[in-house]
Formats: sequence, C-alpha cells, structure tokens
Amino acid sequence: MAENIPMLALSSTMTDGTITAWKVAEGDVVKRGTVLCEVETDKAVMDYESPSAGILLKILTAAGSSAKVGDSIAVIGKAGEDASALPAALQSAAPQASAPAVVAAPAAVSAPAVVAAPAAVSAPAAVSVAVSVSALAPEAALPAAQAVSRRQDTSPAAAVNPAGFPRSSPLARALARDAGVDLRALRGSGPLGRVVKRDVEAVISGTAERQAASAGSSGGAAAPRTVRGREGGLVDKIVAASRTRMVVAKRLSDSMREAPHFFLRSAVEMDRLMALRASINAGRDEADRLSLNVFFVKLTASAIVRNPTINAAWKGDSIEFKRSVDIALAVALEDGLVAPVVRDCASKGLADIEREFRTLIAKAKEGRLQSSDYEGATFTISNLGAWGVEEFTAIINPPGSAILALGAVAREPVVRKDAGGAEAVAIRSMLRATLSCDHRVIDGAVGAAFMRDLKGLLEEPALALV
Amino acid sequence: MSEYEFDVVFVGAGPGGYVGAIRARQLGLRTLVVEKEKAGGVCLNIGCIPSKALIDRAAKYRQLGEMEEFGVAVDRTRFDYSRVQKASRTAADRLSKGVDFLLRKNGVEFLAGTVQRIGSHEVAVALTDGDERTVNAACIVVATGSRPRVVPGFEFDEKRVLSSTGMLMMTTLPKRLAILGAGAIGMEFAFIMNSFGVEVVVVEMLDRILPMEDSDAAALARSAFEKRGVRFMTSMKAFSLERGKGEESPLLLALGKAETSEPSERLETDAILVSVGRQPNTEGLGLESIGVVPERGGFLSAGPWYETDAAGVYAIGDVVRGDGQLAHVASAQAEIVAERIAFLLGKTSENPRQRLDPMEVPSAVYCEPQVAGFGPREDTLKAEARGYKAATFPFRGAGKAVAIGETEGFVKILYDEKTREIIGATVAGKDATELVHELLLAASSELVVDDVFSTVHAHPTLSEAVKEAALAAAGRAIHM
Repeated sequence: MAENIPMLALSSTMTDGTITAWKVAEGDVVKRGTVLCEVETDKAVMDYESPSAGILLKILTAAGSSAKVGDSIAVIGKAGEDASALPAALQSAAPQASAPAVVAAPAAVSAPAVVAAPAAVSAPAAVSVAVSVSALAPEAALPAAQAVSRRQDTSPAAAVNPAGFPRSSPLARALARDAGVDLRALRGSGPLGRVVKRDVEAVISGTAERQAASAGSSGGAAAPRTVRGREGGLVDKIVAASRTRMVVAKRLSDSMREAPHFFLRSAVEMDRLMALRASINAGRDEADRLSLNVFFVKLTASAIVRNPTINAAWKGDSIEFKRSVDIALAVALEDGLVAPVVRDCASKGLADIEREFRTLIAKAKEGRLQSSDYEGATFTISNLGAWGVEEFTAIINPPGSAILALGAVAREPVVRKDAGGAEAVAIRSMLRATLSCDHRVIDGAVGAAFMRDLKGLLEEPALALV
Repeated sequence: MSEYEFDVVFVGAGPGGYVGAIRARQLGLRTLVVEKEKAGGVCLNIGCIPSKALIDRAAKYRQLGEMEEFGVAVDRTRFDYSRVQKASRTAADRLSKGVDFLLRKNGVEFLAGTVQRIGSHEVAVALTDGDERTVNAACIVVATGSRPRVVPGFEFDEKRVLSSTGMLMMTTLPKRLAILGAGAIGMEFAFIMNSFGVEVVVVEMLDRILPMEDSDAAALARSAFEKRGVRFMTSMKAFSLERGKGEESPLLLALGKAETSEPSERLETDAILVSVGRQPNTEGLGLESIGVVPERGGFLSAGPWYETDAAGVYAIGDVVRGDGQLAHVASAQAEIVAERIAFLLGKTSENPRQRLDPMEVPSAVYCEPQVAGFGPREDTLKAEARGYKAATFPFRGAGKAVAIGETEGFVKILYDEKTREIIGATVAGKDATELVHELLLAASSELVVDDVFSTVHAHPTLSEAVKEAALAAAGRAIHM
C-alpha cells in the first residue's frame, strides 16, 4: 500500500520546514536512505532521506513550499499504485496525529537516516560535513523516526506497534488530537518511551526545549549524568554537550583522522605591517579602525592567489580548486567558537573585509549566524595572539585544506644586518605563524612556498600592491 | 568512588531505608543500613502493620455480633484483648524478621546503632553494643522517619495519655477513650476501640473528620461511626488536661470551640490518644553542620531526586515535606533515590524519573468504611475553581455489595469533561483501599474514563462499581 511521507521534526524547535529542492522526481525509484529532498529548517538545510523503498508516486509539497511537521510531503508506493487513490485526508496538509493505520513511514527509518547539515559552527572548524541527527541532537525531541527505531531496539513490545506509530497514552492522544500536535515528532518520556501528557503539553506550550537533559525519563537510556548543584561533589561533573559542540567534535575528529596534517612554522617580522596599520588607522575614526586580523586576512588572500593549491579541497578522487578565496576567522564566543567567512577576500579591500567581519561577529554574538555565514571556508585563520600564546598548531577546518595559526606579536631580539652589512642583534616585533596543511592536497614545497610568500607580504605589505 | 567504604548509607531501616537499600543492592551499590531499633521502622513495628492486625480482629469481633441475627449466640466472656494485642505483635515481629532476612539475602550490610552525626560523606554511629563506628560513603540517605507529635500539656505517658505507639502496646482496654485528631490514625483507633466496646469520643479542631479525604467519604464514615456509638466533637479543641491523682482517677479534658480561647466544657475519660500529626526525626543528626537545615516543623526540603543542600545527602520518607508521610511514599522515594545514586555512580545508564507526583500517591484509611483516594479532592478543585466533573456510583447499585450487605459506599471519579482525563478519585466502603488502585493505575497511565468502562469487569464484584462510575462519567451508567 502506498505510504505517506511526513515532514519530520529535524530539529528540536522545528515546527515546519521548507523544501528547498526535490532530489527525486515523481516516478523515480527510491530506496531507503535515498535523499528525497532538502529541507530548510530554522537552523540549517538538511537532507531528507527516504524512510521507505518504492516508487515516488507523488510530490505533495512542491520545492519552495513549506510543510508543518507531520504533514505529508510525498507518497511512496509500488509501481502502478495510484497516489490519488489514497484517502483525501492523507493528501491534505492536516496533521496526522491520529492516523496510525495509514502512516507507516517512521518505523522504517533507521537512526542515521535523516542527515542534517551543520546547525552551527565553531572554530577552528567551520565545516559543512553532513552529520547525522543522532549526533546533532542527542537531547532534542528527535524525529519520530529515531524515537521509534530506538524503541525497536530495546522494547520487547515493539512488535505490537508495527505501523511505527509512537507508543502513547490515550490522554496524550486526545490532547494531541485537539491541539494538532503530531505524536510522531515526539520522544516520549513515559515508561518505555511512551508519549505522555507532559510531552504533548511541552510542545503546546513551546517548552519542548530539552528537558531530557535534566528530566530523568525511564526511557532515556542515553540521558547524560547531569549533576545539579545540590548533588554537586558527588561525582565528576558531566554536562550534556550542546548540539554545536557535538557538531564541532565530530568535524574536528573527522578532520584530524582523515586529513594527514603537517605543519610549517615561520617567524615573521611585523614592524612594517604594524607601522602601516598605525598610519592607516591614524586618519580614521576609532570606530572605523582596521584590526590587525583584517590585514592578516587580506595579505593571506594575496598569498593564496599566488599559491592556488592552498585554496583547493580534497574530494575523495579529485581535487577541487576554488576560484574564490573565502577566508574564515575563528571567533571566540562566551559559549563556544564560530568561524564566520568573508567571501572572495582576494578582490575586496581592507575596509570591506573589516566591515563584513564586524557584521558577522555581531551576528554570531547574537546567535543569528546563518549556515551561509560560516559554511564552505576555503581557508581559516585562528589568532590566539590576544591570549599571549606564542605559537600553536590548529586542526584543519574542512572543506579547506589549510589553516593558519597565529601567535602573539612580541618584541624580540633578532639578528639583522646593519647598514654596513655587519650582523647585529636588533629588536623587532615578531609573530610566529604555523600553517597546518592537508597533505592530500598540499605538498611540503607547496605549503612552504605559500609561507614564504605570506611571510614576505606580512614583512613588506607594499608587495601586495605588486 | 572507591575511596569510600560504601556507595550509599541509609540512615533508618523503615519502609524508606530498607526498600532503598535492597534496590541499591539490586543495582550493585555497596550498601549499608543503620537502624537504632528494629528493621521495618514505624510502619512494620508500631504503625501500619500491627494496626491492621488490630483492625482485622476488631472487624471480626464486630461481625460476631452480626451473626446473632442468624441465631448464633457468642459467648464473649472469655474475650482477652491482650491476646489480640499479642497477635498484632506477632505479625509485626514476623515481618520485621522478614525484612532482616531480605536485607541479608540481598547483601545489604546492617549496623544496629544510633546515628550520632551525619557529616560530609561520613556517618558516625553509636553501636547498640556500646562501640562507636564511623563509616564513609559516597551518598547518605536520611530516612529517619517520624514520631507522634507532642502537644504541650498532653505529653505522652503512654499509660493513659497515649500516642499511636502506646495504643498499639496497650494490653488492656480502657472503658472510655478520647481521641484528639480525626485523621487516619485517630479514625482507625476509634474503629478498633469502638468495635471492642470502648466508649469513644473523637475531638477534631476542623469542622469535619478525615480532613484530607473527600468530604462525602468523610460524611459517610462519620455517619457509620455515629451509628455504632462513636461521638464526634468537631470544630472543638482540647485546652488542657487534668490527670487526677491516682492511676484510677479519671482524666479531665477541658474542651472548647476551636476559634475561642476559653474552654467551655469538660470531658471525663480514662485514656487519651493524641493523634495530631507526626514530627520528622531530623534533630540530633548534625545536619545543620553540613548545611541541611530543617524547615518549620522539622521537615527537610529536597530537590527533584530528593537531594538535600549537602553534596551526596538525600532525604526520603516522613522527613521530607511535600509528598505526604506515608509508608508507600517513602518506599517509592527510596527506589528513585537508589536508582539516582546508581545512575550518578555509573552503575546504570537509566536515570530514574524525578520526584513523585502527589497526584499518583494514594491515601488509605483502613477503618470501616474504608476510605481511599488520590489526586486533588473535590473540595480542593471547587475551592480552586478548577474545571472538573464528578461521577459517583453508589455501592448499592453493585450486585456484589448488596449480596454481601456492604451497600454503604461509593466510587467517585473526578475527571476532565473534555479530555476525559481522570483527575482524581475516591472510593469509600468495603475494600476501598484495594479498589482504588484500578483507577490509580488508569490515571497514572493516562487512561481516560472510556478505557476504564471499556474494560470488562467480572460479575459480581465491587470493582463493577468502579466501572459503573466510569460509565456515569460518560452519562451512561447502567445500574443507576
């Protein structure tokens, strides 16, 4: 029998999603896991993988349209089945809270089936690797798909629930029916994961924000051992990782594991650049003064233009050379890190880059960064100089193939030739820059050439004009 | 947490401590119980269990009289109350030994002694055999229970001015008994004593008996008691007590209207039971020194998992404000705490649910008629102007109740008209304390009234009254 494919809650706060593109067409054969469409939520754009196999009989929600969680977005069935023969109610946008018999989809979805684009980013790893929802939202009101499949793993009674309709109390069903809440989008907090009154009420009152971390649920096997103040000192403090942190952790691990890193360090004399910056800023209002970082970004872009391999990405069996130099700058926030990206830094002036970063950082601090603000950096700069760090190495932030780690600028004795050509100890402002390279893309000589050029530009910024 | 000798120490082996200790062992925690008296606590030794033994004998004794209707003449001249009392002690002792056995069987370590001080991860015990021992533990659970509350001027001598403990230990019946307080304990002893022929007067400050229960159930109980000769003085309070000179001279109670400051009448009696509440045992444990300061009335406040303000210190049972001083509450809390500690110490990946919902805690009064209920009572819902509907079905509509001559009773379901959610319920009458659990299970599992009446109930049973009350909620009771 043909099945309705519902819009699932792909994030904890998602109430509806916009289908940005269909990846399959009506009549196409789909397998379980085939990406059906891209769904844009309040957080990110995510791939929606098919929970069922069959023929995509009908698309009910066109690309560009949005659907509420629980609404049917498509019908999948066997060849020759007529989607229009489904009960009319199934094709409407009405929530399906109480239609277990006809909605078979969620049961078939395995946990990682719904793949999400990153919800947020932090440096030094602004990455757009797809991350499974299970990693993204461990405490969230998971899509029913996951809640159901988890129960199937653990519940001996799963067989009585073949349609994949969530176990729920009669009262929860009545409340959900009245309020138009889709039970399939909920993770039950009752015995054996049963959806109970408080779960539905939490959705109605908009407080579905994860009580799971603190509210012990008998079904919550994965609940973290969060310790409240009153129980403090009893055990090591364990705090549930935010979704952002989960994404970052996965990306950094993937990057470190998959990209063979090597590191190149240079000591850079900063006196001319500092003087240049001072003279540029001398004529500017305080609010318009250029940060040191924006010089690093701009001059790095110039060095990248001379060494285009630095701006390339490993694609498994090919290397993609990016035309645009899109540089991310790691920014520390109170509760984490972000790495917003300024596009095409090679063709922008210092003031433009400065203005764009300021806008992005302000957005980041307000938590309003869009995925387009941090995804797809071709190169990342992380500057820990403000913390007095002399030098450090950073983990590459995919899809970029290199990241530049900058330490503090400090006055140091160096050996220089004086006007007469004799060696003498001089005092200079020195910076230590360390480049982490993905050896799959960047060989040692290529990275070294880049560092030579970058050092030259930083030491004599006028060369950037050449 | 291997630096501690124990993962958890339960201070007190009552229905909180011993249940928690067994649960803790089931979860693999190294568990110690410290108890200064007998295992089983007040409940088993001087509470629920012996009083139920007395109530049972009292009911049987009363029924003997009812057999006279059928020509059975019973010779009661050799009736010996001391043997009734002894039977109640036998039951209590047997169960207490049973708890000892269960603790041993589960590998719970047991220390007989009095806790002198609860410190940070440390418990100092004065052992019954005279030694002292200090044990340390990752977690400490205060499960020290409660004792009868003393009213100034009515201090217990346990001979004639009695607490519930004294009542249970009494081996001869007084001729007359005055009971201060018409709560569950007062009513149960009123039933026992009245059944054995004692003249009973119950004095209650509030304007009704069983103030925590449904008012219709309380009225039913009052009327049943009054028919048997129990006298109630509601809205009255006892001002003072004159104990007289010799052992034999009567006690004189000065009574007056609850809202006045002067007594207006005197009541002569041979014994007084003061049952006006229970005082948490929270003094003398050094809790203040670890930052756990009892609130007014001696209660401890506890968080979602019954944690106190001191790290690793939990509180359950009668010492905790909020969930009710009931044995089954203590046991339920104990399981939550044991599971919580096991979770925190990494023995289980399952975090228990948070503290009990008062809604799911049943109350039970074991006099005849029995009264049992859960959830907010109708009076509360009315006072708070909360939307609800009440559906009541009288026992006399149930064939079984008529057949066995137990028609005084009813089932009342409070429900939400729109969602048919069961908000609360009261059962009064024969076996009410057993019957209530069908509705409690339904409510706690979020079944609606339709689920209850859709369930086929055996005929003839008193449970049919439960089903009929559910039908009444849908406006379709059959036998009414």
